[in-house]
Amino acid sequence: MTARTLYDKIWDDHVVHQADDGTCLLYIDRHLVHEVTSPQAFEGLRMTGRKVRAPEKTIAVPDHNVPTTLDRANAATMTEDSRIQVQALDQNAKDFGIHYYPVSDVRQGIVHIVGPEQGWTLPGMTVVCGDSHTATHGAFGSLAHGIGTSEVEHVLATQTLIQRKAKNFKVEITGSLRPGVTAKDITMAVIGETGTAGGTGYVIEYCGQAIRELSMEGRMTVCNMAIEGGARAGLIAPDEKTYAYCLGRPQAPKGAAWEAAVAYWKTLYTDEGAHFDKVVTIKAEDIAPLVTWGTSPEDVLPITAVVPSPSDFTGGKVEAVQRALDYMGLVPGQKLSEIKIDTVFIGSCTNGRIEDLRAAAAILKGKKKKDGIRAMVVPGSGLVRAQAEAEGLAQIFIDAGFEWRLAGCSMCLAMNPDQLAPGERCAATSNRNFEGRQGRGGRTHLLSPGMAAAAAITGHLTDVREML
Amino acid sequence: MDKFTTLTGIAAPMALVNIDTDMIIPKQFLKTIARTGLGVNLFDEMRYNLDGSEIADFVLNQPAYRKAEIIVAGDNFGCGSSREHAPWALLDFGIRCVISTSFADIFYNNCFKNGILPIVMPQEVVDILMADAKKGANARQTVDLLTQTVTTSDGQVFGFEVDGHRKHCLINGLDDISLTLEKASAIDSFEKKNAALHPWA
Repeated sequence: MTARTLYDKIWDDHVVHQADDGTCLLYIDRHLVHEVTSPQAFEGLRMTGRKVRAPEKTIAVPDHNVPTTLDRANAATMTEDSRIQVQALDQNAKDFGIHYYPVSDVRQGIVHIVGPEQGWTLPGMTVVCGDSHTATHGAFGSLAHGIGTSEVEHVLATQTLIQRKAKNFKVEITGSLRPGVTAKDITMAVIGETGTAGGTGYVIEYCGQAIRELSMEGRMTVCNMAIEGGARAGLIAPDEKTYAYCLGRPQAPKGAAWEAAVAYWKTLYTDEGAHFDKVVTIKAEDIAPLVTWGTSPEDVLPITAVVPSPSDFTGGKVEAVQRALDYMGLVPGQKLSEIKIDTVFIGSCTNGRIEDLRAAAAILKGKKKKDGIRAMVVPGSGLVRAQAEAEGLAQIFIDAGFEWRLAGCSMCLAMNPDQLAPGERCAATSNRNFEGRQGRGGRTHLLSPGMAAAAAITGHLTDVREML
Repeated sequence: MDKFTTLTGIAAPMALVNIDTDMIIPKQFLKTIARTGLGVNLFDEMRYNLDGSEIADFVLNQPAYRKAEIIVAGDNFGCGSSREHAPWALLDFGIRCVISTSFADIFYNNCFKNGILPIVMPQEVVDILMADAKKGANARQTVDLLTQTVTTSDGQVFGFEVDGHRKHCLINGLDDISLTLEKASAIDSFEKKNAALHPWA
């Protein structure tokens, strides 16, 4: 039998139908739904009299619009259009009989944190959601990617997607990370190396010692940003850490079914000699704590570097870099570690899990944020928040002068009231530094939770290794 | 979905690389529960000042390009989020075709679901089409999906590749869901087989 990659295996196990031209109908095991990209899809079902084919495999949670302030039970904390979207999801979940975690449920949170936390996401599955950061779930060795609203409607109606197979891309991170360097730095280093279009047309499999050494939380951070590198999905082969994370989760199989599942999961690895269309290898030892300076996730450099000049680039990137520097209010040659910030945002589906909060709290313990800095921690889910409170992390954040918020997407995309003002500069643990992403005119520097905490203390971008 | 066969129209040049979905339609316009009406906010933050007035030098505000139906763009157009609001906004403005060296995967898919044709061309061809688009409103390009060609205003013809299934759906304005539902029995048998093999899934 031909040697196959992990992606090949998951793909093969989900093909419902293959047309002569290679177009496939792929079965979808889990469909995650949130309030922003689903209303038109449910409306489409109503207009055509269609039902949700597999409501038991469809899970909804509001996250993008919801306020994260403690008074959010008061409907007046939401703008009218946000409230209408959340209410539409409430109603659609009820009308179509799908699983639902409403805002009032302690399990509510960012859809990509809730899915794994509740055990909906399991190895070998196909997982889709109308959200590009669905790539997160690839950390379990599940084929997971974002889809548009038309495809949301297609999956709701048929539990399948029309797909053509992507190519295989291996990203190997050899050796071990140095202290102060995290999963976030790995995933940003890969994008820095390959560019934001480097993964276009591919599914990435991350492998190598440094990936094996990551926790499940760290692996989710790595896969989360596969989309920022243009890849359809990111994958990591399941192992003992994966099984241990899944065991006992509310929706995970139990007893004999668990044993059968693990036996199958153990077959989910890339065979010796399987073909990859593209390979990139990075030494973990060479990765430093990273920070973005521009308006694309590929605009990334070690914290010890200086702001580059447009003349360091070629082609269309010259104009883009000039535009980015103008937007970001930076000049070539300026030290990244001297860039002053106004706001610190710790959270998002990239870095809103318990391990991220632990990493930030470890830096902040016994310290205070610099005066005048606005700093907030937005846990990825109500359960992450509860765990952080039980571990004493919440108190560390509060003592350091951070706002301790309720769960949601928050300032990652600023669809709720958490936004930057024009010209305001933010150290953010989220995933996109696009123009206007965190609010019109807002300036975003992406970095790891520890780096965000360090910046909060000093008031400027800071090498976290100086605080270890 | 509107059919797409041939189109002759004004092409707007947008040479910037990595034009992302937040640029195409910023998040504050994602709060709609409709698919229409987004054209006025297409490229909102590049197109309007904070007071709502137009930014005169933005390409779609220039007299020659206000009725553009084609965009010739820099690399990696549509990167970022999965928001289908991006093609909805393009379509609502009147854009039916985008030409670039590369597109982000999800955006590329979303275009086909909305009667918009994204065309991938090599850099040297995009350069020629970009120069042609910069000539202004008198320079109309022709996109023919049937013959898979783009013709510049001065008659240069370039071929392009497109997936057969997607071409078929665009030309006939077909709804994917109806096509898939014709395969309902294959989905039924897959589910039966899978329930036995992977009962936890």
